[in-house]
Amino acid sequence: MIEKNQHIILKAKDVSIGYASKKELTVVASNINIELHKGELVGLVGVNGVGKSTLLRTLTNVQNALSGDIFINNKNIKQYAALDLAKALSLVLTEQLMSKNLSVFELVALGRQPYTNWVGNLSETDMTIINSALTQTNISDLKHKRCFELSDGQLQKVMIARALAQDTDLIILDEPTTHLDIYHKVYTLKLLQKLAKETNKTILFSSHEIDLAIQLCDKLIVMTPSQVVSDMPCNLILNGTFKSLFPEDLITFDEKTGSFRVKQ
Amino acid sequence: MPNSNTYKLSFLVLSIILVFCFLANISLGSVYIPLKDVFNSIIGNVTEQETWQHIIQNYRLPKAVTAILVGSGLGISGLLMQTLFRNPLAGPFVLGISSGASLGVALVILGSSVFGGVFMSLLISKWSIVIAASLGSFLVLLAVLMVSLKVRDTMAILIIGLMFASITAAIVSVLSYFGSAQQLQQYIFWGFGSLGNLSWDELIIFFIIYSFGIIVSLASVKSLNTMLLGENYAKSLGLNIKRSRFAIIIATSLLAGTITAFAGPIAFIGLAIPHLTRQVFNTSNHKILLPAVFLFGGIVMLICDSIAQVPNSDYTLPINAITSLIGAPVVIWLLVRKRKMVF
Repeated sequence: MIEKNQHIILKAKDVSIGYASKKELTVVASNINIELHKGELVGLVGVNGVGKSTLLRTLTNVQNALSGDIFINNKNIKQYAALDLAKALSLVLTEQLMSKNLSVFELVALGRQPYTNWVGNLSETDMTIINSALTQTNISDLKHKRCFELSDGQLQKVMIARALAQDTDLIILDEPTTHLDIYHKVYTLKLLQKLAKETNKTILFSSHEIDLAIQLCDKLIVMTPSQVVSDMPCNLILNGTFKSLFPEDLITFDEKTGSFRVKQ
Repeated sequence: MPNSNTYKLSFLVLSIILVFCFLANISLGSVYIPLKDVFNSIIGNVTEQETWQHIIQNYRLPKAVTAILVGSGLGISGLLMQTLFRNPLAGPFVLGISSGASLGVALVILGSSVFGGVFMSLLISKWSIVIAASLGSFLVLLAVLMVSLKVRDTMAILIIGLMFASITAAIVSVLSYFGSAQQLQQYIFWGFGSLGNLSWDELIIFFIIYSFGIIVSLASVKSLNTMLLGENYAKSLGLNIKRSRFAIIIATSLLAGTITAFAGPIAFIGLAIPHLTRQVFNTSNHKILLPAVFLFGGIVMLICDSIAQVPNSDYTLPINAITSLIGAPVVIWLLVRKRKMVF
């Protein structure tokens, strides 16, 4: 499946991430090498505070890498103009919307901003793309609802539709399953899996749902304090990567089922 | 877009109301002038009495035009500030523009006792007050702008604007303490606001600066809409936050600054008009809100001015009091009735 299409969408080469201030350098993680291909669904997992958000912030050019290079579509992320990057990479963030009075359609339509004219008028093409984004995420019937009327699960679908409307090769989601119940967690991740297959977009998300990620993702990026590994889930299980993920006093990883168990 | 037809109807109705209010405002006043002569005078025909033509062309017409400019300008700058600061309590003066203007005016009027009498009393003409108000708001604004280019957080700009307002208010208090009763009265009168003092020459200058503000606002429609998603999303859509923020602040200061300079610190309108508008136009799309706020602002200001005139009497009440007296209960009523504030 992956072998068929070797086109690399996102590539991180010897990247180290962290925070640099005048006085000191705080390295969160280093030696990060990632290659994501077209149409892959990729999960980013790791314990709280290991640096998942920092990595996503760096990959999306919100903050600078301490060293190393990041490429999107074989072009260094530093060489992108803001508007061009918006056409290559779209985001779904954890932050609250500022105005929940927007209708679902209006919100998804805002995904077309990088393509519209100075006043933001929607062309025929824009309308087609918006409507297909609504259909792909099964929210066409919510079109005229306002965002404050939606449940968390519905709102998450709307935000994903907005990212789809931005029509980028790469979509990055920051913890898209928080605040959702188990059904909607699975629903959202299944939706992402379907979208990656159907639209051939590369989708990268961070999550604490390691069990689900193992079952659904084409590739996982596992962050531990000592290293950042990216591989197919089955290989990671064989290598025992998940065993070292958490302190072993409370939970253990069951290799047969691919899930975590509470220690009795 | 859905509902665009209902919006078209609302726009049509509002435009008709605006024209109606404009004519009503011109026909009402301390001197009774028949409607027919009002029309004649506006289109330049001869009226029955020459004084009527003089009253209308040199007094009432500029005042009505001023009312529309003031109402729409303050409404639009209030809308810009509410979106920029993600805060329904923001108004055109949150960045300290009106306090800057008050400081300038206070320095001219009240400062004369501090800086010596004869020289300063020469300065107290209408133009000197306009210039002092502009300079004051411009300086405060410049300070806020410089800070806004440095600060990454938009909320910090809001707080810094409030701090500047406190500083200028404190200086004005000190000046008032040393001012004479007569100077204080003059300063307080400026604070009442006034729409009727502008000649056509002044109005033209007012209009030119106002137009610049409107143009910058219109050019910001797309970035305002993008900002509805929050700053991080806006950034991910390729929006240059700092530049857009700068443009929005410039537009607000051009509008609110000139209005304060020419008509005094008009309270309430800038905060209330956007909320009134949102009650009728239930949308967050600035492409619709901006022209709607323009119409609403003009209408409300014309009505307030007509009331302040106290038709057929010699009294003119301070416009600043009327805007709040009439406007505040209306907004309260609307919010209670709808039980929900859309923002």
